[in-house]
Amino acid sequence: MPKVKMPKKSPSLDMTPMVDLAFLLVTFFMLTTQFRPDEPVIIDSPSSISEKILPEKVMVVSIDKGNRIFFNLEGKEIRKAMLQQMGDKYSVKFDDNDLKRFSVMTTFGMSVQELKQYLPMGEEERKAFMKKSQGVPYDSLNNQLGDWIRFGRLADAQLNPTTDREKQMRFAIKGDSQANYTAVKRVIEIFQEMKVNRFNLITALEDNPNQ
Amino acid sequence: MADVQSNEQDSGKGGKHKKARAKKQSTHIDMTPMVDLAFLLLTFFMLTTTFGKPKTMEINMPVKPDNPETQQKVNNAMTILLSGDDKIYWYFGELKPETQLTATNYSNDGLRKLLLEKNNYAFEKISQLREQAVKNNMPDTTLKRMEVDVKGEKKALMVLVKADDKAKYKNVVDVLDELNITMVGKYAIVDLGQQEFDLINNFKATP
Repeated sequence: MPKVKMPKKSPSLDMTPMVDLAFLLVTFFMLTTQFRPDEPVIIDSPSSISEKILPEKVMVVSIDKGNRIFFNLEGKEIRKAMLQQMGDKYSVKFDDNDLKRFSVMTTFGMSVQELKQYLPMGEEERKAFMKKSQGVPYDSLNNQLGDWIRFGRLADAQLNPTTDREKQMRFAIKGDSQANYTAVKRVIEIFQEMKVNRFNLITALEDNPNQ
Repeated sequence: MADVQSNEQDSGKGGKHKKARAKKQSTHIDMTPMVDLAFLLLTFFMLTTTFGKPKTMEINMPVKPDNPETQQKVNNAMTILLSGDDKIYWYFGELKPETQLTATNYSNDGLRKLLLEKNNYAFEKISQLREQAVKNNMPDTTLKRMEVDVKGEKKALMVLVKADDKAKYKNVVDVLDELNITMVGKYAIVDLGQQEFDLINNFKATP
């Protein structure tokens, strides 16, 4: 009987298809990832069992542990329109440069008057400014938060008119665990004055004991 | 020019030899390091993207009535009062002059046990529904609707959450979360009244 000859195979195999796939996935994830924007304040949200994901188009009012209020609304054009209307109301002049800088920012927390000084600042200056900032004023005499909310909604309604309920702007409150409830209550009141009665409270995920 | 010439002459033999060798070289390169890198990046991006979106809890506040004087009639209702230092007090039914507060805490044996006891009816019914749903392959949407119906029944518990000025935001979220866990469907966040404020202070004052 002739000996069965095993074909000599090299141990290396052709990895090209696998590499192709790997790089395809890498590119996909690289292009789709959105890195978390640099937030000016650290907010440690309380945890809940809710697994609902934050909707795409959302206005976020944050409350840090010193009960300061911060405001954020995404969208370059919306932000520009919003700032212009705010400037008109409080007679603060914002030029094109300011508008441009404001449109690429994220969360902010100061009065409109301070915002004018804040916009041309560099990274380091901004950080120092944020540390001693008082947040967006929200007392009944100087309710700038209410105006931001109103103009934000107006700008959104003008730029993307929609009747689809799913696509409408949502409102989220991102409070720190240690924030006082009275501050949160005041924010909810301001929202309710604007006839907003449905909110999302941003929380961290926790295990559900029922499952 | 001379340099070049001499060079060519020098390496006459060697050059030919080298050329022959180059032809023999295989076209395969070792791709292992590249693949390693590619997979490293892949894992990194996959892990970072899934953790990106924060979770939220939805609440609907009642529309502010035009005349806030109208008192709502509460049936089968429990009121939870939140105060500073992570303290919770509760009473059942309507607020009467003789109402006494009871203290509890945020642990599993505290608030959760209490709520499960009070909301036993709805909790049991929903647990049964869920078991049946698994057995009968009921679609999720039907189950959700039935759960909402059970939570809205008259026998199910209604909870009013009232926080005083010293309560933290975390306390309110924790209570809402506990309500979700114990399947309480009817709850509302309401302002604290003067009478209740006094009750809390009295309770704190008496050891």
